[in-house]
Amino acid sequence: MKPAGFRDVALVGVAESDLGRVPGKTAIQLAAEASARALADAGLRKSGVDGLFTFGFGRMGAVQFGEYLRLRPRYSDSSFMGGSTPVAFIAHAAAAISAGLCQVALVCYGSTQASDAARKLGGTPEDPRLPSSQYERPFGLPTPLGAYALAATRHMAVYGTTSDQLAEIAVATRSWAALNPIAMMRGPLTIADVLASPVIASPLHRLDCCLVTDGGGALVITTRERARDLARVPIVVLGVAETHTHQIISQMPDLTVTGAAATGPRAFAMAGLGPGDIDVAEIYDSFTITVLLTLEDLGFCTKGEGGAFVAKQRTAPGGDFPLNTQGGGLSYCHPGVFGIFTVIEAVRQLRGEGGTRQVADASVALCHGTGGVLSSSGTAILGRL
Amino acid sequence: MALARPLPTPDHESAEFWRRVGAHALAVQRCGACGTVRFYPRALCPECLNDQPDWVPVSGRGTLYSFTVCYRPASEAFADRTPYIVALVDLAEGVRLLANLVDCTPEQARVGMPVTLAYDDAAPGATLYVFRPEAGAA
Repeated sequence: MKPAGFRDVALVGVAESDLGRVPGKTAIQLAAEASARALADAGLRKSGVDGLFTFGFGRMGAVQFGEYLRLRPRYSDSSFMGGSTPVAFIAHAAAAISAGLCQVALVCYGSTQASDAARKLGGTPEDPRLPSSQYERPFGLPTPLGAYALAATRHMAVYGTTSDQLAEIAVATRSWAALNPIAMMRGPLTIADVLASPVIASPLHRLDCCLVTDGGGALVITTRERARDLARVPIVVLGVAETHTHQIISQMPDLTVTGAAATGPRAFAMAGLGPGDIDVAEIYDSFTITVLLTLEDLGFCTKGEGGAFVAKQRTAPGGDFPLNTQGGGLSYCHPGVFGIFTVIEAVRQLRGEGGTRQVADASVALCHGTGGVLSSSGTAILGRL
Repeated sequence: MALARPLPTPDHESAEFWRRVGAHALAVQRCGACGTVRFYPRALCPECLNDQPDWVPVSGRGTLYSFTVCYRPASEAFADRTPYIVALVDLAEGVRLLANLVDCTPEQARVGMPVTLAYDDAAPGATLYVFRPEAGAA
């Protein structure tokens, strides 16, 4: 059966909360702040929200958030699969809206991981019986960083990818951040700077790694019919796909191939589009290697050609492949689940709200989230009709 | 004094595996029905759901699938070891394990090198498997 797609579903509101280091606010407050701003952006009232998609506020994230903002949703989803979750939520929300189970979906996220100093190189402590505790933690793998480093080592060995090529991604992303007034890191950056930064887990340097910040984000999704009366140009959901493939890195069959190799083709098929149709791409950049693997898996280049693809600042402002145009997790913000920020920026680009970083004539955008240790993937192709 | 290294906490599905590691005789499960060899141990075959696995002792020969040299420790417990190498090793039996690569400098490690299994009696009652370069490989 050919997937029908969700062209009758539209993103109508997007917003960040305060970002960076926000010591005076709680995580749930940041999620609520972003939600209020996204609803205002859409021109919708809180009382109209009847679908809720969030996680991270205790074991019952959506239930907790629902209480906090006095939401009593008809449809509720506290799924969590790491950083890709908000992208997958677009699929979940679109399906629920299309099925008539809700009409106005709120997707939101908030974290104070920077102020909490919650991010440890060893990862988040888990139940000692889980496979990660038994078969990985005893060996001192920095998590998630070390797993991405293992993928990078493998890609370099098989395909000859170099640290310079990975650094190209960090440098291009910084150039986009320089055009974003709210990006955390806006100063000039060179490939030499990246290579001179300390190696944390070889071959990844500190500047191959994303920031650790506080922040939140929110999306408001509804029917295209409803969107007609609203404030903003509706951005429709052309294609979506999600998957997860493993939880711990020893269970990933090929460290050079991510779940994007499954979600990309499915999302493109749903949209009736291909990689050549994408005007702007927002691809989760937890680490530079994440971007390189994802570009290959989504079909923007063939497997193994990612290093050559990003060379010569191709993905920087003025290059022919606009990528991570708000400055990415590498330079703009990274409160732990960056997927939601890929969507916020894609919507802004498609609306033409990019300011000095606006990609000319952007009508189709791709967002991709990656979670865990290359564990989960979500792809969304969005468009301005 | 350095913090204690995190050690595995065996459960009902992994007790036999860790018992065998403790006896310096690492073994992996093979499905009694479809023959798929699996790591880590679990009650049901993740391919065919059969719940009658056999234990297959491993030869100890493996290939370095990938590695990372950790210059910053995952936690204080590993601080006195830096730099240390965490590796993914493909065993000849067809499973991949994460473990430390020891007796190998960062410069010697290379993807594809042959490695052999050894054991680290990390604490009383807690043995871990490690790998070292096959003689002459590094």
